[in-house]
Amino acid sequence: MALSKIWVHVEVNEGTVAPITLEILTRARALADTVEAFVGGSADGLAEVLGAHGATKVLATGDLGGGLQGAHVAGALAAAIEGGDAPDALFFGTTYDGRDIAARLSVKLDKPVISNNTDVEVDGDNLAVSTPIFGGTQVVKTRFAAGSPAIALFRPKSFVAEASAGGPAEVAELARGDVGAAGAAKVLDRHVEETSGPKLDEAAVVVAGGRGLGEAGKFDMIETLAKLLKGAPGASRAIVDAGWVPYAYQVGQTGKVVKPTVYIAAGISGATQHMVGMKGSKNIVAINKDEEAPIFGVADLGIVGDVHKVLPKLIEALQAR
Amino acid sequence: MNVVVCVKQIPDPADPGALEPDHTLKRDGKLILDESDTYGVEMALQLVDKAGEGEVTLVSMAPNGEVSGLRQALAMGAAKAILVSDDTLAGAGALDTAKVLAAAIGRAGGYDLVLAGVESSDGYTGVVPEQIAALLDLPSIGFAKSVDVADGTLKVQRQTEAGYDECESPLPALVSVTAGVVEPRYPSFKGIMAAKSKPLDTLTVADLGIDPATVGWDGAGQEIVDVTAAPEREAGEKIVDEGDAHTKIVEFLDGLKVI
Repeated sequence: MALSKIWVHVEVNEGTVAPITLEILTRARALADTVEAFVGGSADGLAEVLGAHGATKVLATGDLGGGLQGAHVAGALAAAIEGGDAPDALFFGTTYDGRDIAARLSVKLDKPVISNNTDVEVDGDNLAVSTPIFGGTQVVKTRFAAGSPAIALFRPKSFVAEASAGGPAEVAELARGDVGAAGAAKVLDRHVEETSGPKLDEAAVVVAGGRGLGEAGKFDMIETLAKLLKGAPGASRAIVDAGWVPYAYQVGQTGKVVKPTVYIAAGISGATQHMVGMKGSKNIVAINKDEEAPIFGVADLGIVGDVHKVLPKLIEALQAR
Repeated sequence: MNVVVCVKQIPDPADPGALEPDHTLKRDGKLILDESDTYGVEMALQLVDKAGEGEVTLVSMAPNGEVSGLRQALAMGAAKAILVSDDTLAGAGALDTAKVLAAAIGRAGGYDLVLAGVESSDGYTGVVPEQIAALLDLPSIGFAKSVDVADGTLKVQRQTEAGYDECESPLPALVSVTAGVVEPRYPSFKGIMAAKSKPLDTLTVADLGIDPATVGWDGAGQEIVDVTAAPEREAGEKIVDEGDAHTKIVEFLDGLKVI
């Protein structure tokens, strides 16, 4: 059976729809007769791309006046659902706002929310989602058993975004109510950290460094190599937590999920947290002194060696080409 | 200023995880304080120090009356702890956990701020903090990379895709903190000794006024259909660097046409 309606949260970055939203829309339209999108903010400039990926309608709250999305959008969704306009399921990306809204909505509707999924299917009268655990070595399939709507969060890059040749989505209002004290947190100012080169989660080549680099200054080698390969530099959580590089560089469970053509892991042992974020790479090169490092278990080319010796020579060889 | 910190006691992440036949996480070894929660505890201690008054209370949910992780956080300097431990919680999902912790926070007495890690290192659902905020009708700010309270107002830098947002909220409020937000202290010997005599209340679900039939497997609203091994990624060639490993990498990249 197909579901009759799914709502998909629209993640907007710098005024454009984020890739994760288009990925989820693509999957949703294979499951339901109607797919609609909702956005915590204005729908200006979004209707075309959302329509092209299968959304027939976009429900927009309008300007939130600096309020964080969580309480406001969850309140608006709960009111619409209780008013009779209930979808069978609500899908979110595992993003900052996606998590906040889904979590608060689950309380309002007293329904479970299942996080970190990489697939979804119709199972009898319910939906079932697949969730990797233990660093992606096992997959748990869980069925929603509390009746609709099902609330699910999906990891980036779980699905491939494909356009469906639909026309622009119709724009409608998602009416907001008073959310009281819960809505009092405000964004006063936004800071954009400038990065150059391709984005970490979109680059064809990612060169990532870890604790094996020894000291913060050695991350220069990672940046130089990434630049030579027209790729993006990345990092393990260990060196982000240590303050060597900003959080925006982090590859892993709590950072970015990457699926480049080539992933080069230098001085990274391969903790579960990290493997979750990079295991989907098409080709993996690992350089590590410890020949027992877990990263070698997933590497197509494993170099047991010292990054301080291998990387300078590699950089030199590439510069000479 | 009184701060409640939600902490989780988890199996040692260095051990490979395993599931029990009923699909709950195997927890037969000693549980430890989730490292990601040590940041919340440290942040709370610093905020109370800065305010010059108040105390830090821990709340936790764990099977088998497990307290070793809580003792560690008490040794860091928290004043007291509330543990909810009850067999009926086996199979509890994120929403059940949030309901139990929200009720336990209600037992902590008055609070100005609730802190939590953004996600646990075992279940990593990442939704419990916001669910607690919704249950307590509190404003919330997630993924904090810095937290300060000035003139009774909460100021938080919240991570975003592009950088960070400067956020503000009245108190009481809930904040989830990222790893690395502060440097957690090591418990001193004096702290470890003092922790042994600090108040640690163990409560059941019924003590919190929650109907046991609404939580755990019975109340989760979700059922595990099966657990399968993920397709394994085959390891390829592994060589020991004899001074020329870089040429191997160049050949490999050449073959993929990325150079």
